[in-house]
Amino acid sequence: MAEDPKKGDAVGSGVGDREGEEEQVVNPWEVTAKDGGKIDYDKLIEKFGCQRLEESLVRRVERLTGHPAHVFLRRGVFFAHRDFNEILDVYERGEKFYLYTGRGPSSEALHLGHLVPFMFTKYLQDAFKVPLVIQLTDDEKCMWKNLTVEESKRLASENAKDIIACGFDITRTFIFSDFNYVGGAFYENMVKVAKCVTFNKVVGIFGFTNEDHIGKISFPPVQAVPSFPSSFPHLFSGKDNLRCLIPCAIDQDPYFRMTRDVAPRIGYQKPALIESSFFPALQGESGKMSASDPNSAIYVTDSSKDIKNKVNRYAFSGGQDSIENHRKYGANLEVDIPVKYLGFFLEDDAELDHIRKEYGAGRMLTGEVKKRLVEVLSELVERHQRARAAVTDEMVDAFMAVRPLPHMFS
Amino acid sequence: MGRTRRHPNGSGEIGHFLGGLEVALVYSLYAIVSQLRAGFPLPLLPLLPRSPQIDMGYTKDQLLARLKELQIDFVCYDHPAVLTVEAQAKYVGHLGGALSKNLLLKDKKHRYYVVSALANTNIDLKVLSQRLGLGKGGLRMAAEEALQKILQVPLGCVTPLALINDSARDVSLLLDQGFKSQQSCYFHPLTNEVTLSISASSLDRFLISIGRQPSYVDLEANPAVGKDNPPDLASLVPSGLPTLPDKVENAVVTSIPTGNDGLTVEKPTKLAVEAKRSAASQKEKLQKVQSSIDPLAEATNIEKLVKEILDKTSTAFLNEITKDLNDPQIAPSVSDVVKRRVSSDLEHMMMSLKNAAYTQGFQAGFQATLRSSLQNLSMPR
Repeated sequence: MAEDPKKGDAVGSGVGDREGEEEQVVNPWEVTAKDGGKIDYDKLIEKFGCQRLEESLVRRVERLTGHPAHVFLRRGVFFAHRDFNEILDVYERGEKFYLYTGRGPSSEALHLGHLVPFMFTKYLQDAFKVPLVIQLTDDEKCMWKNLTVEESKRLASENAKDIIACGFDITRTFIFSDFNYVGGAFYENMVKVAKCVTFNKVVGIFGFTNEDHIGKISFPPVQAVPSFPSSFPHLFSGKDNLRCLIPCAIDQDPYFRMTRDVAPRIGYQKPALIESSFFPALQGESGKMSASDPNSAIYVTDSSKDIKNKVNRYAFSGGQDSIENHRKYGANLEVDIPVKYLGFFLEDDAELDHIRKEYGAGRMLTGEVKKRLVEVLSELVERHQRARAAVTDEMVDAFMAVRPLPHMFS
Repeated sequence: MGRTRRHPNGSGEIGHFLGGLEVALVYSLYAIVSQLRAGFPLPLLPLLPRSPQIDMGYTKDQLLARLKELQIDFVCYDHPAVLTVEAQAKYVGHLGGALSKNLLLKDKKHRYYVVSALANTNIDLKVLSQRLGLGKGGLRMAAEEALQKILQVPLGCVTPLALINDSARDVSLLLDQGFKSQQSCYFHPLTNEVTLSISASSLDRFLISIGRQPSYVDLEANPAVGKDNPPDLASLVPSGLPTLPDKVENAVVTSIPTGNDGLTVEKPTKLAVEAKRSAASQKEKLQKVQSSIDPLAEATNIEKLVKEILDKTSTAFLNEITKDLNDPQIAPSVSDVVKRRVSSDLEHMMMSLKNAAYTQGFQAGFQATLRSSLQNLSMPR
């Protein structure tokens, strides 16, 4: 996949030129809000043509899986979808589906925002007991970030370790990198898709220009094709009708709009999508999370001391400037980052509600909220680091081996 | 999987029901064997058995063809039809091989046994019955119809070789350990008009190829069977459940690294195909038995495991605590909270364990394939 689901460094020629426009810009290579404000998700849903994930769907998921819904579903982090209700219909009938997600391995340093789609995908894998394919688009990063082939492959392998540490089940998961896997049936599907998308179309969807090299222009099919089970003959041979569900950040929607458009024309099922909003930078919605500024995000390699430091010093607070004002007016929950982060990572609904109420009313101070956040984040990061320590090169090789997964639906 | 069963390339068949490990092994070995075939004049071993319809039994010719495929040495002697060992002895008794007497026995629960012994071994059915754990009078000779129905051989033709028939899949085989010391042993190859001379080790290879473990027994032994001495042959009683596929899977995994005779590609597919056929025909029986469809998946179900662990731990704790605390209400809610906090961490740790264990197994399998294929390469035929 392309950039992390956040307003990353705006890379991608031509697209950046649109920064002067009034509209917000959301595509795989750039996410900018209007006037440096907040992203308007309703407008986005309308513009893209996907659907809101209603409460009723969340309830339905709980019913079908017998598990409480994941935090991200309950709190509306994953808030939009395409055909998710169809996937639930299929599942209810006893048929299965598979999951597809991915990462563009552009840097070694992963932050919490990068983990969000993977944490959610792990939940989906466990709750529905379905297989998962994870694509590492090392070729894309090689092209867009101008890395050497060796470096992109190395980053892919390193990122794979962090991904594995999120807790994916090796008996149900196939991780692959484009440089290693493209070929065979996968490439056949790429050609089929490529034949259905004109140059004009791809320019329209992704904003390519005449100056872009042909590698970029021919890349989109690579990300489209894992949505089709026939791309993985060692996994899904004979199951051409298997549906695919793609958890991703909403900026990836263009790839899959294109895929959904093409699929019926080549006789394949359309993939379904479940999309998340963007993970805010530590400095606030209008800040930019960037790899060059370590204080803009919490990284998975941070120690609890680092986390405490970053949250206390850089997390944008919605509290008032003085204690009296704070007690009088309460905190601005719209812009307060600690509360937002707690919304992502604090499991206990009751506790979160309590915090929001008290903090919003001014009875709770910023320091308290931050303290709680530091606890939650430290626990999360520590657990990730422990799991990461157990991931070896051999384990990555095993996850990436082209092998059948006989128990993938059990 | 949507492949047809009569795929000439057996590897599609393999992938259907062998695990990832076995497939990796077989794919590699197949590649090696293909190379060998190109370089050396190996007979092309078809990977599917040339079997008749399941209801019809094998013929003598089909059986002999199979023995040839397995490169088993044997000699055939034709003679008029014989119904007894004495009659048979008239024609082949002077040739130096060991004549066998073969019985088809039945127990009270309609389980069948082929007992194959040297002609001069004494067989006491009462002793045998006790040693099998069937009580004193548990064994008797099977009816004639059983010969036809189960072994698909005519009267006077009981033979271990009849186990090649699918209808005999549940029949237990007891072989006289005396066969082992003989150079060649005489059995009927599914017809009374021929005597097959074959060594005991060749018989073993044949039996293994049809998914059987040869069991040699001292048939004349008469150990005491009582409370302190359980029946020593009890394991040879057919269980009625499909142990065959399980045994086959284990046999597949273990036979591949050790088999040096170039049959390693042959074995897994034949075994696996046999297992599949017998597993398929076992389905009616299974409907009554609660099928734990996938024991490996059950054993690696992390959520279930964590829940069980936490339940056991908290029950133990609760028992201890409620002895001390006055208020028995507090403890259960405390344990709920504790469970909630711990289960998530525990699940993550278990997943790490599962992935690490799989990786170790994957490595081991990979190394095993490498060694085995290197051995095959260095042993030209």
